[in-house]
Amino acid sequence: MSTDSKELLLEITNLQIEGFSDEQWHQIVKGVDLTLHRGEVLGLIGESGAGKSTIGIAAMGYAKPGCRIHGGSIRFDGMELTTASDEEKRKLRGSRIAYVAQSAAASFNPAHTLIDQFSETVVEHGINSREKAYEDAKELYRKIRMPNPDDIGFRYPHQVSGGQLQRAMTAMALSCRPDLIIFDEPTTALDVTTQIEVLMTIRDIVEQFNTAAIYITHDLAVVAQMADHIKVLRYGETVEDADTRTMLSDPEEDYTKSLWAVRSFRKEVEAPAPEPTPILRVESVTASYTRSLNPVLIDVDFEIHRGHTTAVVGESGSGKSTTARVITGLLPPQKGAVFFDGAPLPPDYRKRSKDQLRQVQMIYQMADTAVNPRHKIRDIVGRPLSFYLDMQGEEKEKRLRDLMEMIEMDPDLFLDRFPSELSGGQKQRICIAKALAAEPAFIICDEVTSALDQLVAEGILRLLDRLQQELNLAYMFITHDLATVKAIADEVIVMLEGKVVEQGSKTDIFAPPHHEYTELLLSSVPEMDPDWMDRVIEEREQKGGMIAAGN
Amino acid sequence: MNDIVRMLLQRLSLGVLTLFVVSLIIFLGVSLLPGDAAQALLGQSATEDTVNALRKEMGLDKPPHIRYLHWLGGILQGDFGVSIGNKREISELIGGRFANTLFLALYAAFIAVPLALVLGILAALYRNTWYDRTVNVTTLSSISTPEFFVAYILILFFSVKWGWFPSLANVTLDTPFLERVYKTFLPAVTLTLVVVAHMMRMTRAAIINLLASPYIEMAALKGMTRRRIITHHALPNAWAPIINVIVLNLAYLIVGVVVVEVVFVYPGLGQLLVDSVQRRDLPVVQACCLIFAATFILLNLIADILSILTNPRLLHPK
Repeated sequence: MSTDSKELLLEITNLQIEGFSDEQWHQIVKGVDLTLHRGEVLGLIGESGAGKSTIGIAAMGYAKPGCRIHGGSIRFDGMELTTASDEEKRKLRGSRIAYVAQSAAASFNPAHTLIDQFSETVVEHGINSREKAYEDAKELYRKIRMPNPDDIGFRYPHQVSGGQLQRAMTAMALSCRPDLIIFDEPTTALDVTTQIEVLMTIRDIVEQFNTAAIYITHDLAVVAQMADHIKVLRYGETVEDADTRTMLSDPEEDYTKSLWAVRSFRKEVEAPAPEPTPILRVESVTASYTRSLNPVLIDVDFEIHRGHTTAVVGESGSGKSTTARVITGLLPPQKGAVFFDGAPLPPDYRKRSKDQLRQVQMIYQMADTAVNPRHKIRDIVGRPLSFYLDMQGEEKEKRLRDLMEMIEMDPDLFLDRFPSELSGGQKQRICIAKALAAEPAFIICDEVTSALDQLVAEGILRLLDRLQQELNLAYMFITHDLATVKAIADEVIVMLEGKVVEQGSKTDIFAPPHHEYTELLLSSVPEMDPDWMDRVIEEREQKGGMIAAGN
Repeated sequence: MNDIVRMLLQRLSLGVLTLFVVSLIIFLGVSLLPGDAAQALLGQSATEDTVNALRKEMGLDKPPHIRYLHWLGGILQGDFGVSIGNKREISELIGGRFANTLFLALYAAFIAVPLALVLGILAALYRNTWYDRTVNVTTLSSISTPEFFVAYILILFFSVKWGWFPSLANVTLDTPFLERVYKTFLPAVTLTLVVVAHMMRMTRAAIINLLASPYIEMAALKGMTRRRIITHHALPNAWAPIINVIVLNLAYLIVGVVVVEVVFVYPGLGQLLVDSVQRRDLPVVQACCLIFAATFILLNLIADILSILTNPRLLHPK
């Protein structure tokens, strides 16, 4: 992370990139400047559509299909990439500038082993023999603390976990010891506990090999750990540019400040005192997808009260979404039962009455796939009205307009649009309206803000909070994002490997002493403090033994 | 590996079931035709009594389900019955003919498959260039032309005008291999022209389909050449659809050669089928249909299994 060696490596000036859509070229990147010295890490942050990835990839002289580099200059180590021939650029890629993609699972070729994909770059660029590359790969796998470093490379991508894949991809980027690595949201798809391992790997590597890096992310706390400098982008333009500490402590632009302020949202009103009968009770539920397999849920037991928000946290595979499937009746449990307002719900949704179905609604992570793209908003939100409540004609129209007002969207403007004409945040609002239309008492929110930019996500959280107070709704909030939990939860349930390991009020859960796993989960959430990761590493090393490598 | 074995058994039993259903359909279809073997054998001048007597002798007076079971039982033991036309065992009649048909199909496949793969890969590599368009137009025109027409054009030039190859592919059992290859060259080329377009376009489409995948972009960002991206990164993942279309075309080469065999007077199963239909030799027609059906089902089964086996997730389970 040292910036003493001031040898200029990459200089981008007035970069302009266009993308082709709707039959014409639109400007995506509008004149961005950027300089990077050897061994330096630059963080690029901004919301989706800000042009982060496009700029990152342009540093390799590459434009995605449907895009073109339209103007400006990209100088890498004295070589002008905008005018270089395809062959010259090809020789550079992989060997001197490497790329680490957001989804390693999608970016590794499923037909080849990890180590073959590692050595391919080395062999094809004529740097070394396959045997030497194999040895080097094992050495690197060992350095980044992959389990079984001598063997893991011979596995296929689908045979290793997401966190391991992401680390293997970082190792692959290093195969030719490049001068520059572009990290494009390398940890966005990972759980916090896995994320910190990958972050440590990346930082180790950057330090050990004095590699320069461009680190692209929308997560400020992550970039605070990784970057020497931060550049904030919006709509393809630079908003602000400063070294990390200055940027964090003293941002100048309003937009930057608003990004920084996102995590400040807190639920203000105390939840009402719990009523004697919980609205929903999950009683010692054990469930599995097929009889032969081990149960996915083991003896899960909790209750949720009217007007309360209960957050269910845990890493992927811990059984959060399966619990939701049991509650909604999609997956009848093997043992245990679900009670609604004191009365048992039939385990299979097909056996539930319309009224029982109406009372439990769900909002999903991907609003895109949860709404029918060929239906107008009027039909999407109107369907539960006629299905559950037999509303027709004027009554239905009036209710539709009320619902749109509730989710703060103008009924005249939106009711007759199709989902494709809405933004991600607006679509999620429509999904909320659809859930509300059934007039439920209990709503399951499954990672509802995970696919949204932070500012938009905050808007959704505020909306959900307001609706809860107005309608006395109970939420079960499934998430892996602990910042969201801190913001809105009243109670927290921590799940691990299908079991509830800890549950209680938010204040209890977030205050020590913690269950061992809760501790790991909490301490893995990045904080905005640039020294946070060093501190965590130090603490964990003192406790003896590194965090267990993900398996 | 257990999963694979289970899957193989599952597919295999499905194939057997399909074949059984097909045999039922063939038998019913043939029984629905007006007249029967006894009538056909004795001709129009036969009296009612003689026909009835022959029916009794041939077992045709029994109810259909008994006849069906009898027929099926015979087939299971390799006995297809006796031809009406020349009283010979059908299995004997068919054996040599089927070998000829297989020979021609394999010959055509030997030319067509590598050709289609190479053309398809090149078309994907140089897509939207003049090469791609030329290959597309040429192969499409050849597939759109009726095969008998292609056959006559080839005969016109290669045998009538230039005299390079014979227009009749009249091979016998003891024709030596090389002569056989020479004599059947024109029918093989005709078949090639008919099937290559389909396979080539599928290869091209399957590869191009994958070019938008993140791992292809990754390969480009690793500085791989276009050629390597196509052959090393796209092709291994494109095998499933390609194998499917190749095997379907192989099936077509075996069961769809009727016209070509007739044009070139090639003694294959298709020709036998056409002759038997003309002679109303129903037992032979039934047998030929069943063999065609079995071939088709078997090849489809192979396509299914191969395309599943090319999936690394199945070959290398966790």
